[in-house]
Amino acid sequence: MSSIAFGVAALVAIDSFADNVTRSIRDQSRTLLGGDMSLGASATLPAVVDTLLDSLSKNGIPNTRVTTFASMALAEPSGGTRLVQIKAVSPGYPFYGQIETAPVGGWATVHDSPLVFVDPSLLIALNASVGDSLHLGTGMFRIAGTVVNAPGDAGISSVIGPRVYVSSKWMPSTGLLRFGSRAQYDVLLRLPPALAAKSNAASMARALRRRIDPQAAALQEAADARDGARGRRGPAADAPAAAEDSRAAARPAADTTRGNADRPSASSVGAADTSGLASGAFRTRVRVRTVADTERDFTEAVSRLADFLSIIGLIALLLGGIGVASGVNAFVSAKIDTVAVLRCLGATSRQVLALYVVQAAVMGFVGATAGALLGVSVQFLLPRVVADFLPIDVQLVVETRPLLMGLATGVWVSLVFALRPLLALRRISPLQAIRRNADQAAMPSQWKDAARLAVDGVLVGSVVSIIVVRLGSVRDGLVVSAGITAAMAVLWVAASLLITAARRSARPSWPFALRQGVANLHRPANQTRAVTLALGFGAFLLSTVYLVQANVLGRVQTSADASVGNLLFFDVQDDQAAPLDSLLRARNQPIVQQTPIVTMRIDAVNGRSVLMLTNDTTVRRARWALRREYRSTYRETIVGSETVVEGQWFADSTARVQARIANPDAPFPMSIEKDLAADLAVGLGDTITWNVQGVPVRSVITSVRTVNWARFEANFFVVFAPEAIRRAPQQFVIVANVPDGATLAAVQRDVVRRFPNVSSLDLSQVRQTIGAIVNRVTLAIRFLGIFSIAMGIPVLFSAVAATRRARLREGVLLRTLGATRAQVARVLVTEYGALGMLGALTGMLLAFAGAWGLTRFVFNDPFDPAVWPTLAIAVGMLLLTMGIGLLTSRDVYKATPMAAIRES
Amino acid sequence: MLRDVTFTIAQGAFVSIVGPSGSGKTTLLGLLAGLDTPSRGTVTLDGTDLGNLDEDQRAKLRGERVGFVFQSFQLIPTLTALENVQVPLELSGAVPVREATARARDLLSRVGLGDRTHHFPQQLSGGEQQRVALARAFVNQPRVLFADEPTGNLDETTGERIVELLMQLNRERGSTIVLVTHDAALAARTQRTIRLRDGSIVEDVLHGPVSDIVENTAIEPLAVHAR
Repeated sequence: MSSIAFGVAALVAIDSFADNVTRSIRDQSRTLLGGDMSLGASATLPAVVDTLLDSLSKNGIPNTRVTTFASMALAEPSGGTRLVQIKAVSPGYPFYGQIETAPVGGWATVHDSPLVFVDPSLLIALNASVGDSLHLGTGMFRIAGTVVNAPGDAGISSVIGPRVYVSSKWMPSTGLLRFGSRAQYDVLLRLPPALAAKSNAASMARALRRRIDPQAAALQEAADARDGARGRRGPAADAPAAAEDSRAAARPAADTTRGNADRPSASSVGAADTSGLASGAFRTRVRVRTVADTERDFTEAVSRLADFLSIIGLIALLLGGIGVASGVNAFVSAKIDTVAVLRCLGATSRQVLALYVVQAAVMGFVGATAGALLGVSVQFLLPRVVADFLPIDVQLVVETRPLLMGLATGVWVSLVFALRPLLALRRISPLQAIRRNADQAAMPSQWKDAARLAVDGVLVGSVVSIIVVRLGSVRDGLVVSAGITAAMAVLWVAASLLITAARRSARPSWPFALRQGVANLHRPANQTRAVTLALGFGAFLLSTVYLVQANVLGRVQTSADASVGNLLFFDVQDDQAAPLDSLLRARNQPIVQQTPIVTMRIDAVNGRSVLMLTNDTTVRRARWALRREYRSTYRETIVGSETVVEGQWFADSTARVQARIANPDAPFPMSIEKDLAADLAVGLGDTITWNVQGVPVRSVITSVRTVNWARFEANFFVVFAPEAIRRAPQQFVIVANVPDGATLAAVQRDVVRRFPNVSSLDLSQVRQTIGAIVNRVTLAIRFLGIFSIAMGIPVLFSAVAATRRARLREGVLLRTLGATRAQVARVLVTEYGALGMLGALTGMLLAFAGAWGLTRFVFNDPFDPAVWPTLAIAVGMLLLTMGIGLLTSRDVYKATPMAAIRES
Repeated sequence: MLRDVTFTIAQGAFVSIVGPSGSGKTTLLGLLAGLDTPSRGTVTLDGTDLGNLDEDQRAKLRGERVGFVFQSFQLIPTLTALENVQVPLELSGAVPVREATARARDLLSRVGLGDRTHHFPQQLSGGEQQRVALARAFVNQPRVLFADEPTGNLDETTGERIVELLMQLNRERGSTIVLVTHDAALAARTQRTIRLRDGSIVEDVLHGPVSDIVENTAIEPLAVHAR
């Protein structure tokens, strides 16, 4: 009963929470977006958009703008500096929802004078307080208050980059946001009610897209139609970007670890996640999103997360089912006499079966109800754990659908699992009432029992179909079922091996308790398999969760440690590199590394334009790879994080100069990253024509290399030989090595004062930031871990209960024959110790395999087994099992041996 | 259950306790064997007052000086015949395992089960199981053996075989035997019969030649005084 309860609780909690979140998203989707529709771009919006917005507002559709970018903030008088995320908003923002400030009502004054509202965490970081001054670029602002709650914002994002809200009116004074700054430009529209309806908004969005960029709109509509035909619901607007959004929400830690593409990975920590050196030559892509788009993206992310969680819930339920089966098994052997008597009195085996099936159903119902209630209460705990990751306030309501679903699933699972052992009741002969046989002999097992096979079929069928239905995909459901089956098979085999080993290994020279305990593992009616299964699964889940988490965390830390320096400057403009260098030199802190960055896009591959390539469906190319903006570099040498896997690195410069003299029109040599090459479906010798801020540059792939993105340095998809792009407009990422503490703060302050547009990043701070994020994620994951332990215990208990009667009787007999309490305890501890050890260790090995698979294939990281902590989990499980064994032995001593003998 | 029950049993005696169902026979047997403790009164076994011992000490005493045979055999179902017989010796640790095995094997052949040592109880017939139980009861060369309806679950012939074995072991090993039974014929074959009704002794008869009993009264292995 209790075993079913936990599974049901997990399912109900997860389902109803997901429902609540989804409903809250639906309720708050306008607030989430801030308007009815948004137009966004990673560069200043093209003129056509401005014209469009003008005519719209004349027609009663007002707009408001918000521009988001990263910059340094310098506080006075404390002198603290910090990379922040600036949100420059125009009057009217936001159309829906409210920015709540402390002191209350401060937001109304934001456009009146140069003032800012900041995240509370920024005040701490800068050692500043409300009323102090804040330098942003060349502008000076007064900190008017803190932001308590802003619409469409997940709490966690403030850890990544504390936000500073400021009126866009004052932007010119800052000197920031010049042409070419990396920023996200968004316009929000408020539609009249008639237009705001879903279908109208969608068609309006389509119309807007066509007006802004007919070519891109046509491409996208075609692609959407293709996706639709394939039956996949691709986000309408911009597939990769939307996917990135939700991925970032799901696993911020992983994303921050992996250097984001060809951008210096450190900059991904700075919040403005978009890049773009705007220039007339680039056609700026404008994303038009409706409330429905936002809603769908978020709901999809939530349901993906819920799917993942419900796998754990399902395993809980399945373990619960096994618990029910062993519990019922014990129940059945206790009921042999009763059944025999009933049979003597004329009950048919069908009646007997029906009697107990009804009883099992009632118990299953009670268990499921308890579970459902527990699930509902757990649901109210969940927001505390995950609230930071959700951009909305979740309104919790007890949802009836998940409640009923959980109840039904629980009852059904307990019924199906109970039915199998109950079938044995049919074979109890009335003769048993007269002549008592041992339990086993009373119910001769029949392999070819048709009814039993049918029940087995129903059992497997319902488990698989419940999983399939839950995951909403036949393929995923079957994969998960296969995974669970495989894990169970491994545990089963391990238990069988233990049984064989126990049979073979026992030596007469061993002390009695040891021999007896080991022998119990292989003797008739042993519980080796059941306990190993329950325990192994518990250990498996727990350790997998732990290992994945430890690995993700470990990678982040090592990558942060591996950097050549500890202070990173980025957005250093062409003309600032030399003065910054001398500034640092003057302080005796020379530059360790200086990496040039040139932005570019792909014009053509092997002479075929991007447009042609996108329409060509015969070769699978990733759209994002063709359309993205690349931030590339040039250098002579290969760096430590790279390995050439195909072709050769650039020849030395004199050889290249001679080659160029011989053939001035030859494409420039270039090295490409392996995965990108695959996404673009290109290889050695293929040519790519780049649009380097308006200038076409033809290049040829001379080498393919792998890149260790996890290293905390500037990594690139594409590296050119210097002559190709040396003269192109460029920026620099500069790394310095400055002692921590006062010197570091002083250097940062000096640089901010002199070069307000240059952002600096203290890597130890980054490490802390990542640590903080990982800790939040960890908390959420731990919650699951605790859940899996919680469900492991009752299952373990019921597995033990299955043979408890036999154990008790044996203990009492031993006692009668002169065994002391310690001897009985030793026998049981040996047996349970062996079971616990096997279950825990096998679970641990399974967990290594599972975690290896996850880190390797899902997170794309090498796997580093954290042996010791996992071993600690294993030892914990072992102690738990032995504890349960000891509890059983305590019961042996509860009654006098006489009473116990009489009972049996 | 029991009131005013006072008696002494001599070393080496073969005594039966009889009485109708519910008269307290089994309760008395449990008390005598130290499986239960009287709410009032004392039980002295081979000179030791059981009331002064704790559970573990009583278990040790049982392991060293007491043997048991039950109506429903009470073999440990997960152990083979040989292992079942060995258990008391192993628990007391009095002899090395090898010797324990030898003794158990020897006893099993004495009860005619020399060829069934590796069978589990389930694989043995009722009579065979009781013979294993008998071997187990004698393996530690107990001073006293308690038998609770040892033939109750067996047919006449098999039962007879068990009774003979009991008597034989009583004669050869000099163990005192206290037998609880319904069977008047069986009781008549013992040296002394104590009859219980409603928890009190209503009759205490000697069957055998008086000389036998006089010889044996020199030692008092068992005395009970329960109120």
